[in-house]
Amino acid sequence: MIKMTIFSLAFLFSIYTWFVYQLPVNEEVEPEALKGKMIWQEKNCTACHQLYGLGGFLGPDLTNVYSTMGPEYIKAFARNGTSIMPAFALSDEELSFLTAFLQHVDATGHSDPRQFKISLDGTIDTK
Amino acid sequence: MEPLTQNKMTVPQRLIIMGLGVLLLGMAFGIAGSLQYVIPGLFKSFLSFEKIRPLHVSSTVFWILLAASGGVLSYVNEYAGNLFSPRLAQWQWVVFAISIVLILGSYILGIFGGREYWEFHPVLAIPVLAGWLLFAINVVRSTFKLNERPVYVWMWLTGAVGFLFVFTESYLWELPYFQKNIVRDMTVQWKSYGSLVGCWNMLVYGSGMYLMEKISKDKSYARSRVAFALFFLGLVNMMFNWSHHLYALPILPFVKHIGYLISMTELYILGRIIFKWKNSIEAAIKFEHLLPYRFLLAADLWIFLNLVLALLISVPGINLYTHGTHITVAHVMGTTIGINSMILMAVATDVLDNTCRSLRPYRKQITIGLLTANASLIVFLGALTIAGIKRALWQMGDRHTTFAEMIKDSTPYFIVFSTAGVVLFAGFCVMVYPLMKNVLSCHYYSYSKSTIIPCQQ
Repeated sequence: MIKMTIFSLAFLFSIYTWFVYQLPVNEEVEPEALKGKMIWQEKNCTACHQLYGLGGFLGPDLTNVYSTMGPEYIKAFARNGTSIMPAFALSDEELSFLTAFLQHVDATGHSDPRQFKISLDGTIDTK
Repeated sequence: MEPLTQNKMTVPQRLIIMGLGVLLLGMAFGIAGSLQYVIPGLFKSFLSFEKIRPLHVSSTVFWILLAASGGVLSYVNEYAGNLFSPRLAQWQWVVFAISIVLILGSYILGIFGGREYWEFHPVLAIPVLAGWLLFAINVVRSTFKLNERPVYVWMWLTGAVGFLFVFTESYLWELPYFQKNIVRDMTVQWKSYGSLVGCWNMLVYGSGMYLMEKISKDKSYARSRVAFALFFLGLVNMMFNWSHHLYALPILPFVKHIGYLISMTELYILGRIIFKWKNSIEAAIKFEHLLPYRFLLAADLWIFLNLVLALLISVPGINLYTHGTHITVAHVMGTTIGINSMILMAVATDVLDNTCRSLRPYRKQITIGLLTANASLIVFLGALTIAGIKRALWQMGDRHTTFAEMIKDSTPYFIVFSTAGVVLFAGFCVMVYPLMKNVLSCHYYSYSKSTIIPCQQ
């Protein structure tokens, strides 16, 4: 009985996992943006910054920084750093890759909580 | 099969001792990180936040993995009569020790994989997975032929085996199919992380349950229908509860609703805790004199508080406010320190007691450390929660101030949080010192006096 329940749950989990892997999502990332994603990871940007509210909390969420602040703002911060953030020694090409990645993230949706409405059953939906 | 107990420190004890070491190291890194909130730019030139955070997170995650696996191996050995292979456990210890040194060293050198929790280079995931495989083999083979498996044995089995799958799943981003799509990548990443935490919780809670049975000598609960019902509820949550991390992510609402619904099943556990409150008080009076029980009692209180918070922030409408704020950090810290670490300290005091000497002379000292740690944890989490509320209001408001100004305004809360972190660290040092001293001096003694003097006597 115990084994059967565990195997049944494992079976359901496998089907659900397969379903999640197949979820319809936005367009694939362009090669330039993919290189930018690798820079994002290699510099461990997620330690301080968030995408869709997921990541570290020392710096701001950067999901929609491309549309709200623009590419030059991103490049200026990444090049010069701040009083807290180190200045990463990125080349112009690397900076453009990183910006392309953030442009791609920006196009996938909104992370600003003000963009959502709350339903009576507690669920949320985009406005 | 080889006997587990030798004249020197056993392998599970070594795993726990190594875990205690990385716990203190991780807490020290945590203090250094919190100070960077208070004094912007501190250590920026050599240990900036993108280095200090993974040093802190990985050290504390390894504390949980080492102590949980050490505890499980020790209890499997006790329950089953022997361990399938102490040699495998020895190799697990060696592989983990090398992995930890390489991982922490790579962070200091600025080499990252850049994924939350596992921020090390993906190559270093291979020895971690290999070490865990050795552990899982030991648990499965040691319990394979048991005629009776109480609920904690099932918890150890599902936690040990499940970890192999979800840890591998967390590296699917290396495949182009996942890597090239940011939303799919983040969905699978947080799906695996949610289950990963569920897996180590199975190991930790399983050991807590075994220890409670050992203390109370009541074997009925771990074989009861209620215990198995709660185990299956935990298993369902481990498998399907992860999507409450992703309410803001543009994925199908269906997936988010499943996470919401499954999260709410935990109301049953909360109701049960409240309903059984009187029994808990009676048990507390009965076993209060036992050191491991004091840790279990502290964990019980934190389970109640964290469950209330977890249920609240699992409601999407509330999560909208708290997501991406320090309230989430408060929840994570409350779970890892208040629940996991308290149960693992209970396991550590049990497994490391009576090695050469009893921990009895240190009972007062350990209790002072326990009270200090728990009192400071309340202040620590309170400060984080207030900083989180401040950020939530900023996020949902008109944002008249910049992000940097909002963070600067929260400095008083970060000072309290940082100070409470120092006291918390001191509390853990007071608790850990006698445990390490006891076992390490035993170890040294057994070697210095040659193997003729058996450490166990």
